[in-house]
Amino acid sequence: MDQSKLKYLPSHEWAFVEGDTATIGISDFAVAELTDLVFIQLPEVGRDLKKGETFGEVESVKAVSDLYAPVSGKVVEVNAPLADKLTWLSEDPYTKGWMIKVKLSNPSETDSLMDSNAYETHKADGGH
Amino acid sequence: MSYLINTVEQQEEMLKTIGVSSIDDLFESIPAHLRFKGRLNLPEAMEEMELDQYTSKLAAKNTGLASGVCFLGGGAYDHFIPAVVDEIAGRGEYYTAYTPYQAEASQGLLQVFFEYQSMMCRLTDMDACNASLYEGGTSLVEAAFMAMRVTDRNHKVAILGSVHPEYRAVLDTYCEQLNIEIVTIPTPNGYADPELVKKALDDKTACLLIQHPNFYGCVEEVQDCIAAAKAVGALSVVSFDPISLGILKTPGELGADIAVAEGQSMGVPLQYGGPYLGVMTCRNEFLRKMPGRIIGTTSDRLGRLCYTLNLQTREQHIRRDKATSNICTNQGLLAIRATIYLSCLGPQGLKETADLCHRKAAYAADSLQKAGYKLSYDRPFFKEFVIETKTSAKALQSKLAADGLMVGPRFGQFKNIPESSVSDRQLVIAVTEKRTKEEIDSLVKQLASQDR
Amino acid sequence: MKNLQAIKPIFELSYPGRRGTRLPACDVPEVSISAIPKSLVAEKTPDLPEVTEPDVVRHFVNLSQYNMSVDTHFYPLGSCTMKHNPKRHEKFAKKGGIGDLHPYLPEENIQGMLQMLYEMQSFLAEIAGLPGVSLQPAAGAQGEFAALLTASAYFKAKGEKRTKVLFPNSAHGTNPASAALAGFQCVQLNKSVKGLVDLEELKSLVDEHTAVFMITNPNTLGLFEENIEEIAKIIHDAGGLVYIDGANMNAILGKTRPGDFGGDMMHYNVHKTFTGPHGGGGPGSGPIAVRDFLAPFLPGPIVTKSEKDGQTTYHLSTPEHSIGRVRSFFGNLGILMRGYFYLRTLGPDGVREVSEQAVLNANYIKAKVSKFLPVPHGKHCMHEFVASASELKKRGISAMDVAKRLLDYGFHAPTVYFPLVVPEALMIEPTETESKETMDAFITALETICGEEPAFLKQAPHSTTVSRPDEVSAARTPVTQYCSPCGT
Repeated sequence: MDQSKLKYLPSHEWAFVEGDTATIGISDFAVAELTDLVFIQLPEVGRDLKKGETFGEVESVKAVSDLYAPVSGKVVEVNAPLADKLTWLSEDPYTKGWMIKVKLSNPSETDSLMDSNAYETHKADGGH
Repeated sequence: MSYLINTVEQQEEMLKTIGVSSIDDLFESIPAHLRFKGRLNLPEAMEEMELDQYTSKLAAKNTGLASGVCFLGGGAYDHFIPAVVDEIAGRGEYYTAYTPYQAEASQGLLQVFFEYQSMMCRLTDMDACNASLYEGGTSLVEAAFMAMRVTDRNHKVAILGSVHPEYRAVLDTYCEQLNIEIVTIPTPNGYADPELVKKALDDKTACLLIQHPNFYGCVEEVQDCIAAAKAVGALSVVSFDPISLGILKTPGELGADIAVAEGQSMGVPLQYGGPYLGVMTCRNEFLRKMPGRIIGTTSDRLGRLCYTLNLQTREQHIRRDKATSNICTNQGLLAIRATIYLSCLGPQGLKETADLCHRKAAYAADSLQKAGYKLSYDRPFFKEFVIETKTSAKALQSKLAADGLMVGPRFGQFKNIPESSVSDRQLVIAVTEKRTKEEIDSLVKQLASQDR
Repeated sequence: MKNLQAIKPIFELSYPGRRGTRLPACDVPEVSISAIPKSLVAEKTPDLPEVTEPDVVRHFVNLSQYNMSVDTHFYPLGSCTMKHNPKRHEKFAKKGGIGDLHPYLPEENIQGMLQMLYEMQSFLAEIAGLPGVSLQPAAGAQGEFAALLTASAYFKAKGEKRTKVLFPNSAHGTNPASAALAGFQCVQLNKSVKGLVDLEELKSLVDEHTAVFMITNPNTLGLFEENIEEIAKIIHDAGGLVYIDGANMNAILGKTRPGDFGGDMMHYNVHKTFTGPHGGGGPGSGPIAVRDFLAPFLPGPIVTKSEKDGQTTYHLSTPEHSIGRVRSFFGNLGILMRGYFYLRTLGPDGVREVSEQAVLNANYIKAKVSKFLPVPHGKHCMHEFVASASELKKRGISAMDVAKRLLDYGFHAPTVYFPLVVPEALMIEPTETESKETMDAFITALETICGEEPAFLKQAPHSTTVSRPDEVSAARTPVTQYCSPCGT
């Protein structure tokens, strides 16, 4: 995956768009901030998501974070094995650690997401 | 008298260290005009001996178990408590500790709570248990809220009309501001008709709340009710009586998703309604949605087995407004009591206790029927039942109390018992393993002679 | 001297046929009614351990010794007020006629109890300076919830729809959790000035939708919110109510009253301020006190009294527009009674002295500790203060390391990492029932620890039976009940 093509929410979810489908996950920055992950909950295939809606949660010993959808659309695939392989998220959050694939219902929404340069600046500002 | 320790000299030394001349200087951050100038209007101090005598005098105005035979029920019962329970739970090492935040300084407490959770899981045939909630009523409500989180159905719960009226009132209070519809399913025959239950549920219903045995003492058609809930994708919550599980099928066997209980029966003194013990167990898949503290095992840095607070991220001190509940303190000391109680009784003791309750209650009901009393419901019950009195139940309750026989509650004292055409003449009679044949016979005799 | 046999999981002490309690034979004849349907009858006995009374005693007595408690150790756990729990309370609370009353006894059978509860209501009203009291809430968190519903009902009766509850970022987690449960939108203040509420920020967030501002006073940094009057004015001018989280009442008993400094509602933590005790996590008791115009909405029942022919009678009454019940039965009476005995023991002067001595003790420790552990906020503190281990952090030592090492020195740890506004927070509350000698020993230990090797501290505690549980693996694969095959 070409990481420079990723689009981000300020809450550290990334989306990688190919045709009418977006692959979604969280950034290595977010994984590092959360420290030791212990649990992840992902949605079921078929759920309709709206941009900004929570699609799951990720939990560490110290915190629980909601996962926000960077785009709207129907969930077409879920990385189910991830629930038992949380180390994938720390090892490689962009390939092995992807979370869901969504069939875009409103592709133009991606325009409002941060590109990788903007996200780098966001992180440098503390990421909040 | 107070419990202060430092002498005047020590206090002066301390003030010097701090660098102020008087204790009042330490309160300077309170604006002068906001400081309380007078003397609080409280009664003057009493020494231990005086207070002992004073409280004894007030206690003597109340009818405790030594001065009245207790046939009272409705969620709190006069069950036998082995002396071991008081003796051990009365140890300061237990009751003067707090929440085991520092696992290394709390392994004993943590192990007892872990054993409590384990015993509750075994008692109910469920997978997971928390380290206790406030009492039976809020436990049922917490279960309803948990079911809403699990099902993501946030606006509708169903409850049987036979559930304790105070538990239903608590549910009303908790749901009031949250746009949650409460569907109350009528139970005119003393238990729910599964057909009516089916009709009351739909694909918006988060859960069905069942109490079994219910407030009237009667058993419910639990399996059919649970099947009806399952059919619409709702969870089933069963509020059980821990003692009843000596002879009744467990919530887990019956198919419940969440089981809750008032745990007072397990070694907790009556103490006028609290503190009691809120029990909650559930199926494993709902563990992370459960409210309250949960103890788990893990290993320490040297690989030794140890106990620790687990899954704290669900709780208010971390998750704040998104927590699974606002609960912070639990009923740890009462959970300790329940653990010791069940250890003393063991499987056979619990079975015998349940059996004695059931047989004695049946004998009492049978004797009352023979004395001309009508049971309100023609339905098998566990340890309590409802009779229709001939005269006002309130007056009768007082007359019997004067004879040292305590009965109730009365239906008339609750505002929310739906099917209650003769509620001012309906009375609950509870019979625990402690009641003797002589006491039961005396109750029947006195009832018949006073109820006119 | 560890008795490894006795502290095995109780399930491993089980031996078939053993019993701790036997019951008398059934003395009533068999009758034919109430035969329970077969489908509901158990086919097995409950899966509980089979042990004898000696087994039970040795097991639980041994386990009791693997704990720190107020009875055994100095327990400066900030925000929890771990003071001495007078033994007389335990004796009195168990008396016949107090500890053995059924909650559904008719009023005429509990006049002595109702009198004590009535008096307790009036004591709490007096100390709060707020006349309406409900003793029902089971704990502080439930008190918060009940008071917020009370506020909600009050606004509704006035025809107002107010949706927001505000609180500072130093608030206890129960504040937002209770507000959410009561159906309010949570608004957090994120700034502060010298550890106190930033009035400008507060003004900018308050509007016509503001229902309640929840504030702990003294706050969780152990500082009295000096601007409380102005804070209250800002809220009141917008038509909102001020809620005082009474977790820190131990600092101000008889010195100032929430009702006098602008509070409209508050809860007490009877298990903290009035010697509960804490029971290994609970029970608590969280009565609430409110202004007169809120009293009709309180949860009930409450205790009222009437006079007739020189005779006083006490009653259980439901306030006219009550929000209803927040729990079954009257309340956590056992804890309320201990609070009552405490207040009767202390009297008006004793109550004030509690706070004076608690504040003196806290300031004494603070004065000495701040020489080696910075206390970022406040010249003087109230009953507790928050030190920061952030200087030590540069040497690789965290607040948690210090807390763990204190256990080796025989002291319970302070509250760590709360409030969130102080980095590497160590929140220390000695209470009034500790001697100067104990506090000196604690201070010395703390200072020694600050000079110890980081690597050594990282592995502390060294003298306890276990050290540093692996919380990550505990949370990843939770084991929450005993299972014999895997032997955990």
